[in-house]
Amino acid sequence: MKLVSPGAFAKNIVASVQEYSLLSGRAIGNIFSNPRYIADTFTQMDSIGVGSLPIVVLTGFFTGCVLALQAAVSLKEFGAINMTGKLVALSMVKELGPVLTGLMVSGRNASGMASELGSMKVTEQIDAMRALGTDPIRKLVTPRLVATVFMLFFLTIISDACGTGGGALVAVVLLRLNGPAFFHTAYMSLVGGDIVEGLVKPLFSGFIIATIGCYYGLRTTGGTQGVGKATTQAVVASSVLIILVDFLVTQLMIGIFGR
Amino acid sequence: MPLSSPEIAASPSLEMPPGAAVVEFKNVSIGFDENQVLRDISFRVERGETRIILGPAGGGKSTLLKLANGLIAPDSGEISIFGKSLTGMSEREIFELRAHIGMVFQESALFDSLTVEDNVAYRLHEEHVHEAEAHDRVVEALRFVELEKAIDKFPPELSGGMRRRVSIARAIISRPDLILYDSPTGGLDPITSTTIIELVVKQRDVSHTTSLLITHRLQDAFTLATHRYSQSTGHMEPIPNGELDPSTKFLVFNEGKIVFDGTTRELTHTEDPWLKAYME
Repeated sequence: MKLVSPGAFAKNIVASVQEYSLLSGRAIGNIFSNPRYIADTFTQMDSIGVGSLPIVVLTGFFTGCVLALQAAVSLKEFGAINMTGKLVALSMVKELGPVLTGLMVSGRNASGMASELGSMKVTEQIDAMRALGTDPIRKLVTPRLVATVFMLFFLTIISDACGTGGGALVAVVLLRLNGPAFFHTAYMSLVGGDIVEGLVKPLFSGFIIATIGCYYGLRTTGGTQGVGKATTQAVVASSVLIILVDFLVTQLMIGIFGR
Repeated sequence: MPLSSPEIAASPSLEMPPGAAVVEFKNVSIGFDENQVLRDISFRVERGETRIILGPAGGGKSTLLKLANGLIAPDSGEISIFGKSLTGMSEREIFELRAHIGMVFQESALFDSLTVEDNVAYRLHEEHVHEAEAHDRVVEALRFVELEKAIDKFPPELSGGMRRRVSIARAIISRPDLILYDSPTGGLDPITSTTIIELVVKQRDVSHTTSLLITHRLQDAFTLATHRYSQSTGHMEPIPNGELDPSTKFLVFNEGKIVFDGTTRELTHTEDPWLKAYME
């Protein structure tokens, strides 16, 4: 591994943050001006949203199942096993649904974006696109950004529903709890602030997945090895940022809603 | 080889200031990671001229073409295309200028996920040209490079030579005023290389488009200088009596500097020891 001086290392980080900020700013700015690549946006929505549906449904469902099993063991000790629904619903809607969906979609799509754009970069297709009069950020990044933010929002709702459903199934079949009571406690425990918190998080996660995936893809150098490196970096960076931003948003929401 | 249609041959007129060159570099320098690639480069390419760029690998030739197309900006100096300085131009203004420039990339740079038709028609689709007209122009451009049968294929299904020909079709479909060829024969066998050079000669002699062409093969460079396209036979043929094509000139690079800028005759009669060694 090549060693660099601390000064050069710091400069690289500042330059990377600057590049990333410029890319993100231009990707957002393009939403408000022509030309808009609507067909590309729908294609990405299909690829990112519909394509991620199985993984999100399965992850949400089994997370809800495990949550119900684990919660029941602890709650039983306090004679509060009937609160399983509340715990599952609150955990899924506020935290696990948004975060796990973000991480799953990140693993699937941030890597996909980085490898696709990275391959285009090393084969000069990005330069060719510019030479043919097309802004690659407008054509490639903005549709992915819009599609990811939009679809992740709905994928999170689906994940929340599947998680709660999975928890209910375990509660009824394995724990012998009352089904309607499970849903009643789950429903009564959720307030507006919880829903808002759970639905704000995927907006940030979607932004992170698309911009990080595209950023690493567009700065790829060094042939196929570079593409592999960019893909790995995109998944690592987006996953860490999703969890970091989750923490910050949670803190903010607690400040706003008091819970 | 079939004759090109008049539509392909026709080039839209572009208003240029009087006395302006199609391409002009003034004291241009650029480096990457403390490695100086081009040093104080200055040259002019006049309208209708074909400028062949020669030199050892890693000499900054591809960088020069990317600079000419505004894909990268120089560290210092000024680049003017069609008499307009690229310095200080916004990306949007450069995009407008690129509508008059066709570029053939070293490795073709075709879009893998698009068919040959969509690749060639890419610029027309961006300009919202009517589908039927775009299709007709794609067929016309593919006929020029003799690849009409490959219209529905995807780039990975094509050979290296075919990909290069599709790339040429994509570059000429918008009837550009300037074509930049980045090693169009690189990595190809001699027969396929000759086919590509024949297409370049055909484009030069039929439409008289100004062009910059990088090549590593001296044989290709001298074929361009000594041959012309015959519309009657539909083939490239040697210019009679050992004459040379007057519009074809040379630019030779070494270690980021221009070591020769002149005509074919001047190059072949050079007394410069490095150039003589390079040519041999």
